[in-house]
Amino acid sequence: MSHAAVAHHTSTGLDSRKIAFWTFIGSECLLFGSLIATYLVYQGRSVSGPTTHEILNIPLTSLSTFDLLMSSLCMVLALAAVQRGDRVWARVWLGMTAFLGAIFLGFQVYEFQHFVHEGLGFTTNLFGSTFFTLTGFHGAHVFVGVLWLLTLLARSFQGKLGPEKALNVEIAGLYWHFVDVVWIVIFTVVYLIQTTPLPTA
Amino acid sequence: MSEQSDVQHTTEAHASTRTYLIIAAVLTVITIVEVGVFYLPALHGVLPPTLLILSAAKFFLVVGFYMHLRYDHNLFRAVFILPLAIATAVIVGLLFLFRVF
Repeated sequence: MSHAAVAHHTSTGLDSRKIAFWTFIGSECLLFGSLIATYLVYQGRSVSGPTTHEILNIPLTSLSTFDLLMSSLCMVLALAAVQRGDRVWARVWLGMTAFLGAIFLGFQVYEFQHFVHEGLGFTTNLFGSTFFTLTGFHGAHVFVGVLWLLTLLARSFQGKLGPEKALNVEIAGLYWHFVDVVWIVIFTVVYLIQTTPLPTA
Repeated sequence: MSEQSDVQHTTEAHASTRTYLIIAAVLTVITIVEVGVFYLPALHGVLPPTLLILSAAKFFLVVGFYMHLRYDHNLFRAVFILPLAIATAVIVGLLFLFRVF
């Protein structure tokens, strides 16, 4: 197989699209770093309403975390299948990745609905505002990722996702894995490390 | 630079399927340990550092193996690690500034 069509001459010898995408991921680190910092700064400072201890469901979120980790495995297997020209398995793994991403979104929608039912809205307290902003931004990224994967799946069914297009899948994979590592941090910081609420002034 | 070299950088040899499966198993085990530690009252005193170390291990396993940063060019590492370090510094700085610690 020839990948010559994918590569193009650059001064660094590296594909510009991949450098650009890694730079984009770097900027995403700053975005999520800011959101996580904001959440942590305001954690335990809510004066009313449900707080982390009362409302977060660790077993449910552990399941959704496992779901997202397994979607990352499916993503690398999809890339490997595309690189070796195995169209059938490429479709299977791409479909599985999108499916697991959709399941994660289902978990998030259920969690948000449950929180609203329990009286925690976006404007209820500081916890609600920072929590929904942080996890909402992450969920939006997952949603975009699922759409991207479905697009790649459709291209595969059109016969337009051969080994020469492996870089397209690799870049989509970079995005998907980044969404996964952001969740790894959120799961630990937001869900598992629940510090004692600070006394309010 | 030759076309051959371009191709080499574009489609770097990555880990094997076996490695991907092993990494997935390790990630699963670490997640189970994280949740287990969370439910053990005896470990609540060391919960934050323990969870942060486990989380960092998962983070770097995914970035290193699944995102292939371990096998890729140093430039890719630089454009990821530098903003990551800035983001981490922003988080730590704000936590100190707002006296969360």
